Amino acid sequence: MDTAFAERRRRDLVVACVLAAIAAVVPLFVKDVYVQNMMVLTLMWGALSQSWNILSGYCGQISLGHALYFGLGAYTTALLFTKFGVLPWFGMLGGGVISALIAMALGYPCFRLRGHYFVIATIVIAEIGLLLFHNWDWAGAAMGIEIPVRGDSWLKFQFPRSKLPYFYFALALACVAWFVTWWLENSKWGFWWRAVKDNPEAAESLGVVVFNSKMGAAAVSAFLVAVGGSFYAQFVSYIDPESIMGFQLSLLMALPAVLGGIGTLWGPMLGAVILIPLTELTRSYMGGSGRGVDLIVYGGLIIAISLARPQGLIGLFSFKRKEAAR
Amino acid sequence: MTAETIIQSLASGLLMGLLYGLIAVGLALIFGLMDVVNFAHGEFLMIAMYATFFLFAFFAIDPLLSVPLVAAALFVFGAVVYLLIVRFAVRAKANAGMVQIFSTFGLAIVMRGLAQYFFTPDYRSVTHSWLGGKTVSVAGIFLPVPQLVGALVAITAFGALYLFINRTDFGRALEATREDAGAVALVGIDKNKVFALGWGLGAALVGLSGAIMAIFFYIYPDVGASFALIAYVTVALGGFGSVFGAFAGGIIVGLVEATTALLLPPSLKAVGIYAVYLLVVFIRPRGLFGSM
Repeated sequence: MDTAFAERRRRDLVVACVLAAIAAVVPLFVKDVYVQNMMVLTLMWGALSQSWNILSGYCGQISLGHALYFGLGAYTTALLFTKFGVLPWFGMLGGGVISALIAMALGYPCFRLRGHYFVIATIVIAEIGLLLFHNWDWAGAAMGIEIPVRGDSWLKFQFPRSKLPYFYFALALACVAWFVTWWLENSKWGFWWRAVKDNPEAAESLGVVVFNSKMGAAAVSAFLVAVGGSFYAQFVSYIDPESIMGFQLSLLMALPAVLGGIGTLWGPMLGAVILIPLTELTRSYMGGSGRGVDLIVYGGLIIAISLARPQGLIGLFSFKRKEAAR
Repeated sequence: MTAETIIQSLASGLLMGLLYGLIAVGLALIFGLMDVVNFAHGEFLMIAMYATFFLFAFFAIDPLLSVPLVAAALFVFGAVVYLLIVRFAVRAKANAGMVQIFSTFGLAIVMRGLAQYFFTPDYRSVTHSWLGGKTVSVAGIFLPVPQLVGALVAITAFGALYLFINRTDFGRALEATREDAGAVALVGIDKNKVFALGWGLGAALVGLSGAIMAIFFYIYPDVGASFALIAYVTVALGGFGSVFGAFAGGIIVGLVEATTALLLPPSLKAVGIYAVYLLVVFIRPRGLFGSM
């Protein structure tokens, strides 16, 4: 490993620690619940997008069906908690494991598909999941599941009185997702993924096990997204198929990475920090009328940013990073 | 379940399938021409339906008469979308695939927002039309007239498209451009013009479907989304870029949907389509008629 690269990685880690520390003290000064809520969502979508980026950005397998794993995480946690009283922490772990296993089971046939065929397969699989949950009476069908409040503690992962604990969990989740990406970037896996993304045939000929490395990326990515889904279920305490497994969630996961810089370490977080507050603000200032002005502004921005900066906004910040990140 | 119900639903499935094919063929045409998937395709369908509705509501023009008008309007719209957005998206050097997905998807969101803003989220329908609500009976099978006409329009459009691509200068330019966009520039064909016309043609085809569908379907800002996913599946099932594949894919999708509706609760009828899609691409990763 050359010194410039090692230096960059050390700097990334220091910057991340500083940013996390700053983020950790912000809510102590910002008491406004609306803003705190927005910060929780920003961190959560940042974490989700960071996880999506592992499979789609680094490994190049563009998935628009990650809502499936988000929903599986949320449903596992909510069902275990409401039906059997199992603590959300176990639900979180269980949801993550189930999602990772399903991601690998689905990857087995899907990773043979190229380009748009793969993208559409991911959309279609998530849509099948949505329809099945829609019709599954035991899991609440279309009505969804209301998660009853049974306490105010870290043990039960319920905090009806304050947003702060949610904030710190979301921050921790974002840090974990970032750190996993940072760590994998320089592992054997990270190099394999970039090789697979750039040229699968060449990678294969150089001894990279293309299929296995895609499976690894899918499992890690799905696990983290499912943990995010579990968190979300506890955070909003009401889930229904459409709101946790709908196609728009898959897009919301991809968007921050795309806007920030797909396949880069910092892109998803940067994208989330810009995009999520923007979404929330346009929704609350312009969406109230129910007349779609927020959609117009939001969609317009997506077009403008994706056309103006196809490599992502991260390119505005870094000088050498873009090269190194490839 | 009697043989009659089965034949009845397969017949309606076939009619609906031809319409699905018509919705999908514009998508296939654009993809074949320039490797771009239009993620706003469903919204193109939605505005075609609204255009038909307003022609009916304000000028009392029957949807059947508005078919050519709406197709022409959508032609212009498609060409403009190419010139204003897609032209720049295909130029992107980094992440070209994602830029195409997200610029057309952004367009879809904007169009949905505009529809909500101007037309409100209310459900609308063409209350009375020449064809609406009528059925004909063929050998004991009842067929809804609007779907029947839709199927006829679809077959005519497929035939016309086939002749157009194979028999006209523009069609030949289209074929040449899809073969090798760089080489056609050398013989003096303006690539941009061909692409713009391709987008116009693709949009006009979905305009035909929208005008027909306005007769028997509710019209609301999100109506395109569900049909768009079926259209992507239809195109991918037939093989991206194959116009014939979209036609065949549409028929398969219609029949599979009808069969699923017989076996599973109605809310699960789309599962059959999706499952068949997965089955087909797992066996043939480039779709039924895509080049391997």
